[in-house]
Amino acid sequence: MAHRFGMAVDLDRCTGCEACVAACHAENNIATVGDLQAARGRALHWIRVERYFEGEFPDVRVKYRPVMCQQCDAAPCEPVCPTYASHHNEDGLNAQIYNRCIGTRYCANACPYNVRFFDFFNPAWEKPLHLQLNPDVSVREVGVMEKCTFCTQRITAAKIQAESEKRELKDGDIKPACVQSCPAKALVFGDLNDPESEVSRLFESPRGSRLLEDLGTLPKVAYLEGR
Amino acid sequence: MSQSSNRLTSDLLHPLLNTSWRFYTLVVLLASVVAAGLISWAVQMWFGFGVTGIKWPIYWGFFITDFVFWIGISHAGTLISAILRLVNAGWRRPVTRCAEVITAFALMIGGLFPIIHLGKPWLFFWLMPYPSSRLIWPNFRSPLVWDFFAISTYLTGSLLFLFLPMIPDFAIVRDHTTGLRRKIYGLLALGWRGTTSQWHRLETAMQIMAIAIIPVAVSVHTIVSFDFSMAPTPMWHSAIFGPYFVAGAIFSGIAGLIIAMATLRKFLHLEAYLHPIHFENLGKLLLTMSLLWAYFTFNERITVWYGNGVSEINTFLVTQKGTFAPLFWLMVVVNFVIPVIILGIKRFRTITGCVIASFGVCVGMWLERFLIVVPSLGNKFLPYSWSYYRPRPTEILITTATFAAMILLYTLFAKFVPIISIWEMKAGEHPAPQLYPKTEAEHALGEVHA
Repeated sequence: MAHRFGMAVDLDRCTGCEACVAACHAENNIATVGDLQAARGRALHWIRVERYFEGEFPDVRVKYRPVMCQQCDAAPCEPVCPTYASHHNEDGLNAQIYNRCIGTRYCANACPYNVRFFDFFNPAWEKPLHLQLNPDVSVREVGVMEKCTFCTQRITAAKIQAESEKRELKDGDIKPACVQSCPAKALVFGDLNDPESEVSRLFESPRGSRLLEDLGTLPKVAYLEGR
Repeated sequence: MSQSSNRLTSDLLHPLLNTSWRFYTLVVLLASVVAAGLISWAVQMWFGFGVTGIKWPIYWGFFITDFVFWIGISHAGTLISAILRLVNAGWRRPVTRCAEVITAFALMIGGLFPIIHLGKPWLFFWLMPYPSSRLIWPNFRSPLVWDFFAISTYLTGSLLFLFLPMIPDFAIVRDHTTGLRRKIYGLLALGWRGTTSQWHRLETAMQIMAIAIIPVAVSVHTIVSFDFSMAPTPMWHSAIFGPYFVAGAIFSGIAGLIIAMATLRKFLHLEAYLHPIHFENLGKLLLTMSLLWAYFTFNERITVWYGNGVSEINTFLVTQKGTFAPLFWLMVVVNFVIPVIILGIKRFRTITGCVIASFGVCVGMWLERFLIVVPSLGNKFLPYSWSYYRPRPTEILITTATFAAMILLYTLFAKFVPIISIWEMKAGEHPAPQLYPKTEAEHALGEVHA
């Protein structure tokens, strides 16, 4: 395996501004479903900022936790998919092939993080918003599952760029939309197979832990938090 | 032919040869409900799955509940009939066919739900290992692919098991009709003439099928339970699910059979064939299964409670005393309290009593499946994603339509095929010693009658 992409999330830096959510929507052509459908639980957020509250009112502390696909090495979503739409690719990512998906939604039920989303309707963008669609990302039709890809289109673009310049990928070449847009620099992306990369260094941090790591899913997202 | 034999034939052929206006009314009524369900499904496909109440993160709801429910109902027939045949229980004779038909139709209906619930139902064949031009196989690690094999095997087996003992009856109908009907029944009778060698072959084939279908039936509902227990979801990931589901399936299956038999008895005037003793015997079976079901439920619940896993206890509490508590305790009452009272006390174990208990069990077992599917999905590991589910008209209509479809198929079947096996009844009254040991004679389990 040449690459093993992972992400570190510094919860002490996260301000809960949700710029990552907006950037992800824009980058990945994620449909906005409208208030009615959102109220019915059909909103699609490949990354979301979970809010948890500590203490009793008025002495309350709010904690933010951005949650996206954890790109598990032992992903529960993969073995249950009957059509291989959900599978592990050569970069260690959980790829989702929209054209293979028939919408059993089994992967979402198996996913402990609930980061997989179902397209309940065909997506639609009011004019002129259709002009802002990202041409590098396919638009998903009704009846399939979709989820965070770590911006696979940016990974591919960076690889092609590096190849054309006859060099190896270097740390910082790839920035998923959420990482790029994070004003607090709470998100760090990189190759875990490169021991010198920043994300590898953060994965070693004593402040780090994985989300629901006792489930044995081997997630490739580390959360850093002062204890 | 003796007098009683003639009476048997004329009684049991009566529904086939005489049709009243009530039959047509019933068929039209049921067919319109089925049509409404089909239209709902078409609407769902046309506008998208969003017309249902399914939502993030409760991606399975009514449809999967219905799927498990109908596959459960299908366990009445073939399994009971196979076991009763193998132990050569004499009282099985008027019961077996009504039971086997339930299996066939319930499986066809249940088998539709995994397709109805797909985001892209028109691509359902991707679940099968068909010769794809892109050389892509289904993922054999996925329990949904196992489902496909399990259900198609069970359906094929049950259809054979249903068809084999119908052959001599088709021949009887052929001999009592004229014209086109005679031709069709003649084809279905496969040239049956009732020679000794034909009887021997039929008996042998039925013995083989009866033995083969039992492990298939057990495996089918085990595999259905694997749909849940293979996923690391709170209260799904449980080793008890296999036997729990099989027991629940037989439980709801017997209830379905009792309701079907009581309805047939009343509307086709089969009082002379379906005696109170049949209901009493099935009632005792239902009581046994009710106790077994309660035992499994108790086991499942108490281990979760004592295990006190962070996420599991939450699903547990939400069903036990939270949002789903009314449904949970209703389930306990109709699946355990009422059946044990009605069927445990001899005085109440009448036909009416059995039917009341059976209706309760059908409701209770549907609720059981709902309470397995939904609370777990709504209470997974991250509290941020906790949610609830309310069905919308689409899935309610489709669910209702499947019940109508079951009654419709059953009604039509009883119209075109003798619902009580004529030759088996005759064989029970006049056993030919070399072919059929007397019903009361000792008979080794699984022995071929030859």
